[in-house]
Amino acid sequence: MARALRLLLAKPGLDGHDRGIKVVARALRDAGYEIIYTGLHQTPEMIVNAAVQEDVDAIGLSILSGAHNVLFPRVVDLLREKGVADIPVFGGGIIPEEDVPGLRAAGIGKIFNPGASLEEIVRWVRENVRPRGLAA
Amino acid sequence: MKLPTETLSGIPINEVYTPGDVRGQRAEDTVGRPGAYPFTRGIHADMYRGRLWTMRQFAGFGTAEDTNQRFRYLLDHGQTGLSVAFDMPTLMGYDSDHPRALGEVGREGVAIDSLADMEALFQGIPLDRVTTSMTINAPANVLLAMYVAVAEQQGVARDRIGGTTQTDMLKEFIAQKEWIVPPRPSMRLIQDMLVFGTRHLPKWNVISISGYHIREAGSTAVQELAFTLADGIAYVQAGLEAGLDVDTFAPRLSFFFDVHNDFFEEIAKLRAARRMWARIMRERFKATNPRSWWLRTHAQTAGVSLTAQQPLNNIARVAVQALAAVLGGTQSLHTNSMDETYALPTEEAVTVALRTQQILAYESGVASTADPLGGSYFVEAMTDRIEEAAWEYIGAIDDLGGMVAAIESGYPMREIAEASFRYQQQVERGEHIVVGVNAFTVPEERSIPILRIDPDVERRQVARTQRVRGDRDAARARRCLDALRGAAEGSGNTMDSILECVKAYVTLGEICGVLRGVYGEYREPAII
Repeated sequence: MARALRLLLAKPGLDGHDRGIKVVARALRDAGYEIIYTGLHQTPEMIVNAAVQEDVDAIGLSILSGAHNVLFPRVVDLLREKGVADIPVFGGGIIPEEDVPGLRAAGIGKIFNPGASLEEIVRWVRENVRPRGLAA
Repeated sequence: MKLPTETLSGIPINEVYTPGDVRGQRAEDTVGRPGAYPFTRGIHADMYRGRLWTMRQFAGFGTAEDTNQRFRYLLDHGQTGLSVAFDMPTLMGYDSDHPRALGEVGREGVAIDSLADMEALFQGIPLDRVTTSMTINAPANVLLAMYVAVAEQQGVARDRIGGTTQTDMLKEFIAQKEWIVPPRPSMRLIQDMLVFGTRHLPKWNVISISGYHIREAGSTAVQELAFTLADGIAYVQAGLEAGLDVDTFAPRLSFFFDVHNDFFEEIAKLRAARRMWARIMRERFKATNPRSWWLRTHAQTAGVSLTAQQPLNNIARVAVQALAAVLGGTQSLHTNSMDETYALPTEEAVTVALRTQQILAYESGVASTADPLGGSYFVEAMTDRIEEAAWEYIGAIDDLGGMVAAIESGYPMREIAEASFRYQQQVERGEHIVVGVNAFTVPEERSIPILRIDPDVERRQVARTQRVRGDRDAARARRCLDALRGAAEGSGNTMDSILECVKAYVTLGEICGVLRGVYGEYREPAII
């Protein structure tokens, strides 16, 4: 029997706004995913280490401090360095529309804007996150 | 689409209210008169006729110079008090050149690393002519010391500087989540500030007990009220344990509440807050100075209620919330800007928000009489219901051993996470209508201009801080840090040592580094 997909939800940077990520975590858990939440104030290094250790199928990032253009691409770069660039990354927070193309180009699979619904997020995960190949 | 039949906090709303719905006590015990115990109707007899609320827009971004310009702009446009927003590294006690500050410098507020930044922030603003509110918590001691040092440079006596540091660490652990050291040493540092403020700064509000962030984290109005008052109880106890007489510091405790969408619930919340605090101070803490019984409050419209969809609609939301704050009897007010779900506000958006307050104050007539809603069956009944529900929570927190113990057990955080998830589900199911989000939507959104932070800010700020460290008297800086470590390890007042540190251009990150070394860093259990 297939295991539940594991998602790492993470708060990079220093902002403490965690209402959004907690609500998203609950909704994804209710949708059948196994959720690992890092807690607050994580560096990109901490997030990528957790993703590798926990062998997750995707990473969701939330940031509301405006540092997304620096910290989101850093997470993707570190995944590449660790040879796990197949882990898809999605994110949300206070992210202006103009920043989205740059983040997509940097390898973030999807950015949810401040008006995104839980349904939209769950649907995207269902359609885009697949089990990663079991280690050989 | 149905109209709501309960408040946002889930209190049922009757079709009509009559005298039978108001609690059957003597009017003077509950409703009474404005300016008289228990102050349900306001802390002043003449309310806004005597003194209008302070229009205080929160601002801060980029470098100290950028924010200084926004301050001068706001003062030129009729704002009457300053309010400083700090960036994330400052809030967490890191200098701009710390690796953890990468990408965050000047983004969500102004970056302050050393006294040199504070000097630039208040350049050309005489500190005896304005009052300044600083939204700073974990390193509030450092920022207050810097403010005192700048006043000293300007030749302004300590007893003439007025303002507020938020310094409310309990709500940080509960909701806003910007911290340095664990809850118990945080309370000790606050005690040191309370003692320092009581001795030297008669016009400074050392602690602003804040429900705002609790509400923004997704709590109900009742939870916001109850947790905030429970935090207040913990601070009064801390002051008493530091050996202060209650009436020497209680008059300068101030509050900060959110004002959300549910108009009458919010008005009732502010009225219940005043009545409950008056009782807590007089009956529980035996304060005898009537000013100790006053709940003076700042209010801010609800950032969390603003929508990314159809952002101009936010102007209407803010106007309704601001009206509730005024009818609820606030002493000062920040009105949010329409573009805040996208970024920090532009100058134009901030101006509309300030104008909203001016229209309420000078055009609408609502400020002309004290508590115009007093005696309304509905408002009085709602005030009673909210009060009853909040006392239940306060009782539960007392049973857990007070707020510090409650936080250590994760209780308030769990309650908020539950309420927040429940609300979001109600919105998604269409049980709560949010205009432009789950009703009256439009397919094409128009975009609004947003504020961009110059990416060069970080580089310039890092350069200045490194220059400050290079130029200062290194031996003096080291001596000051050693003295601080000694005070933190022992029982000396850390505020005195921190003031010496900032005058020697020791940086915020260095000071907080010493405190981390002595007390350890706080790590929150990750509760979903």
